[in-house]
Amino acid sequence: MAVTATTETGARPARAGRRPSVPTWAGTVPFFAYVAVFLLWPTAIVVVDALKNPNGGWAFANIAKLGDPLVRGYFIGSVKLCLLSSVFGAVFGAILAYAVATGNPDGLIRRLYIAVSGVLAQFGGVTLAFAFLVLIGPVGLLFHASWFYSFPWGITVIYTYFQIPLMVLVFLPAIDGVKVQWREASENLGASAWQYWRYVGGPLLTPAFLGGALLLFANALSAYATAVAWENQIAYIVPQQIGIALSSEVGLANVNVADLLALGMVIVMAIVMTGYALLQRRAARWLR
Amino acid sequence: MAAVTSVGETPAPTAASRPRGMHARRRRRLNIFRYVVFTVFGLFFLLPLLAMLRFSLEGSKLGTWSLTAWKEIASYQNTGIPPLLSAIEITLELAVITSVVTLVLLVPTMIWIRLRVQWLERTVEFLCTLPLTIPAIVLVVGVGPIYNRIQHYSLSALMLFWIYVILALPYAYRALAAGLGAIDVKTLSEAARSLGASWFTVMVRVISPNMRQGILNALLLTFALVLGEFTIAFLLLYEDVLQPELYNISRSTPNAGVIFSTSFAALLFAFVLLLILSYAGRRRRGRG
Repeated sequence: MAVTATTETGARPARAGRRPSVPTWAGTVPFFAYVAVFLLWPTAIVVVDALKNPNGGWAFANIAKLGDPLVRGYFIGSVKLCLLSSVFGAVFGAILAYAVATGNPDGLIRRLYIAVSGVLAQFGGVTLAFAFLVLIGPVGLLFHASWFYSFPWGITVIYTYFQIPLMVLVFLPAIDGVKVQWREASENLGASAWQYWRYVGGPLLTPAFLGGALLLFANALSAYATAVAWENQIAYIVPQQIGIALSSEVGLANVNVADLLALGMVIVMAIVMTGYALLQRRAARWLR
Repeated sequence: MAAVTSVGETPAPTAASRPRGMHARRRRRLNIFRYVVFTVFGLFFLLPLLAMLRFSLEGSKLGTWSLTAWKEIASYQNTGIPPLLSAIEITLELAVITSVVTLVLLVPTMIWIRLRVQWLERTVEFLCTLPLTIPAIVLVVGVGPIYNRIQHYSLSALMLFWIYVILALPYAYRALAAGLGAIDVKTLSEAARSLGASWFTVMVRVISPNMRQGILNALLLTFALVLGEFTIAFLLLYEDVLQPELYNISRSTPNAGVIFSTSFAALLFAFVLLLILSYAGRRRRGRG
């Protein structure tokens, strides 16, 4: 949070005696001010409100309410959905990325799959739930899946649709980074295909794969639109419940439910994204 | 959250020499694997879209064909819901405003940091990727009180851009960082400075034109992001934005053809944007 401090002192010019005129970092003040107001401040509001009772006093005991069976239920639901969709997404995405990477690097298929992945990873949301509704929902063209509205399977299939493209986008550079010389070297030393993947290719790609899976997990955790358009009566996952809590006042006594759930999400996200950053650094060691 | 690696910046693959060094038998097996994978995933990605397309062409009687839903994009209106066309208009305006503000905020800051205040680079990178950890739904919880407080100024939905810029930061930053990394900022600026250019001239007339690919990428990614954004607009009760509008139409008239035609059109639009991006990226590679 040292950054916020910098922003605030930025209003006073020529504080440090570097030069008589404006210090060089003053040029970055607009950016830091913007981020402070529209990103850091709202986040601080969430954290502070989650840890206060309605009278305005501090109530750190609120954290314990995250363990409340009702609240825990939403988090368990979210974790279930995120785990399933990120495992499926990561495995299928990796297979697809491998198939794309082994083709012509300037070919149509590669270009098409990358462009399509860019759109589909970005464009989940309401549209996607509609598309699956008319494919396998109660009015489905292909078939009427009786499990379409069952949790977590129905929604997992929908989530996988945007998870696979995202995995392709994040995993493709890793596969491209595996040098063909490594394969040739292991073949010259008499390694079979299995041995190559077990001792060379697999260990090289594992950090990138796990990192991608974590990113997918975070991606699924923060998705809201798809879940709401899929089912708007019952809340299974945290974002749905936050949405409900925001528009109604029912909930746990003395706690701002939306703030508490949001704080819980930020904590989970922070853990997941830290793991992702560490794995990315590990993956970058070889794949340059 | 979506594609962390954007389409245009996929590194040039190293696979070009791969087929030559490969045994014919392995190559054949690999090709069979590739075509199976492409077919299966192609179907998985295509079928929901085709179902949506079919529903958008559904006539008044089930099983007939008609273009009504596509014509309705321009004229759809229903009680209690803002006209569809105005929602599309507002969303496009929002997309333009958001992309411009994002660029105006990020480009000068990033160039300035690269030129004069390099010790801030890690901080800016951290802040720009932070929105991946703080999901939109958490931001809404934090921003909600602020927006409620200023609600009586009856702000138009266009004011959403303040927060959309934050959502766009991770993608815009990565695109711009790739563009900035590809040019020799130091030499360019020293040359310009020694010829008497002001810092303003260096940024606007020397460095920015050299990173126009990165700027274009950032622009298009931001644009696509705004077109698909649902969470914030919906939960802050801005119902005259495209995605909440589609959701509300689907709630009042289940399976209305117009939601499928509009969704499909929006998807196509985003796809064309990203395809432009991927081709622009290829031209640059070819020249270099």
